[in-house]
Amino acid sequence: MSSPSAAQPVDLQALNLEDARALLEHDAQNGDREAGESATHYLQRVIDGLCDLSLKDPLTGLGNRRHFHAVLGRSIEAVARTGDSVLLLLLDIDHFKRINDTHGHHAGDQVLRAIAACLARCVRPMDTVARYGGEEFALILPHCRPGFGLVVAERVREAIAALTISVAPLQTLRATVSVGGAYAPEWVRSTAELWIERADQQLYRAKAEGRNRVCLDQPRELAVSAEEKGLLFSQLDLDELPPPGVPAPTAHRVNA
Amino acid sequence: MNETVTPADPQPVVMAQNPIGKVVAVTSGKGGVGKTFVSANLAAALARRGLRVLVLDADLGLANLDVVLNLYPKLTLHDVFTGKATLEEAILPAPGGFSVLLAGSGMVEYSRLTPEVRSEFLRVVHSLVPRYDVVLLDTGAGISDVVLFAVSLASEVLMVATPEPTSLTDAYATIKVLAGQQQRDQVRLIVNQTSRAGSGLAITRQLQQVLDRFVVGALGRPFTLAHLGDIPADPEVRQAVMRRQLLVKSLPDSPAATAIAQIAHALKEKLAAKSG
Repeated sequence: MSSPSAAQPVDLQALNLEDARALLEHDAQNGDREAGESATHYLQRVIDGLCDLSLKDPLTGLGNRRHFHAVLGRSIEAVARTGDSVLLLLLDIDHFKRINDTHGHHAGDQVLRAIAACLARCVRPMDTVARYGGEEFALILPHCRPGFGLVVAERVREAIAALTISVAPLQTLRATVSVGGAYAPEWVRSTAELWIERADQQLYRAKAEGRNRVCLDQPRELAVSAEEKGLLFSQLDLDELPPPGVPAPTAHRVNA
Repeated sequence: MNETVTPADPQPVVMAQNPIGKVVAVTSGKGGVGKTFVSANLAAALARRGLRVLVLDADLGLANLDVVLNLYPKLTLHDVFTGKATLEEAILPAPGGFSVLLAGSGMVEYSRLTPEVRSEFLRVVHSLVPRYDVVLLDTGAGISDVVLFAVSLASEVLMVATPEPTSLTDAYATIKVLAGQQQRDQVRLIVNQTSRAGSGLAITRQLQQVLDRFVVGALGRPFTLAHLGDIPADPEVRQAVMRRQLLVKSLPDSPAATAIAQIAHALKEKLAAKSG
């Protein structure tokens, strides 16, 4: 078995870079080799450009689903280590099909772009905004304290509802979104699937409750109520009490 | 437009977390219910069944496994955390044929769960797992962040409680937190110091009834409290504890030791079923 030498130079002419260059040009990045640019530098630029493209949604310029999953996976690991509060928001445009059907797909695309741009404006540089599906977006917000989650999500929802989206000359549209959110579970290394599912359940809820609203997966009530305490021993006390006249076993007081 | 909203399909069983297989947490709602006694004797009983067992003193800050086992090591988990000892140096053979990693008194400073403690703890547990068949985490009582973190690493949680109302209330409260915060859907109950046969099962059923009404597991699935076994109140236990002996070793035929052997048998089967 012979392996190609690492030092062997690459012949650029032998590589078929036409498709890659076309892809990069399409995305308004210069795919042409610049005068005097070294072969290595040029190849590196093409590869970087392609990597960048592979994580981007072409219509909106936001991160795509692949990018979203990569960031979510890393966030899960980070939470397991640091106990940080990370909020995942899933947003779905309300009645998007109706916009497409009434005003055409071009108008639909304009709405998607306008909302994407609005989302990108709403968040901090460390946050992640991605187009998760057709009319669905996702936000990953690290260092977002539980008390602020609802405020942040409402601010995003209101910003989108306030948009006037121009879809054709003299024609503007308004759109709203439903938002579902869930925090990464603390103290456990959860799975990305479970996290998404919890946020998705809240998105369903927001849709079911009338759309254009935010529903967050609230931490469950963990305190024990008087009612629960009462029920715990309704039958037990008598069961476990020793019969009259029999002293309680001494082992009951062992502390180990 | 009337969208039908169906709750998520309950069929696919997604593990709520990625706990580490073979890691078993022994915990309790209230202190003084015999948690460390159970950990040590259960470890010895599992070792007797041919398993390589290590007990990790995960009650950082208030550890007393050393007292129960009558071991006073020079090197402890504290030294592993601070880099003064390797894991190999700090692991000790315990009288019951198993290994222990004791926390040591210097652990008071680790009783708060800082990112460093989490990270060190994870590192230690991950390096222990490949070397043993079972790693038992003897955790503290209650719902402090250190306890919850230690429990979150375990694939099986054994809750120790006595039949007293305070112990059961605290066990219930802890189970509720484990279900709600860690999205677990099962905990196994060991009822210690029972005074009559069958009372542990009755207690488990009663707790399950209340859990069914007030607690749901991960993604709305039902939460199960499984009864692992009872340890009858046994005067021999007090004697063994006072003498700092392992009951399963010094008096293997006593009622409590027999019960612990049965619990070890049941636990071994559950673990085998999980890994196989």
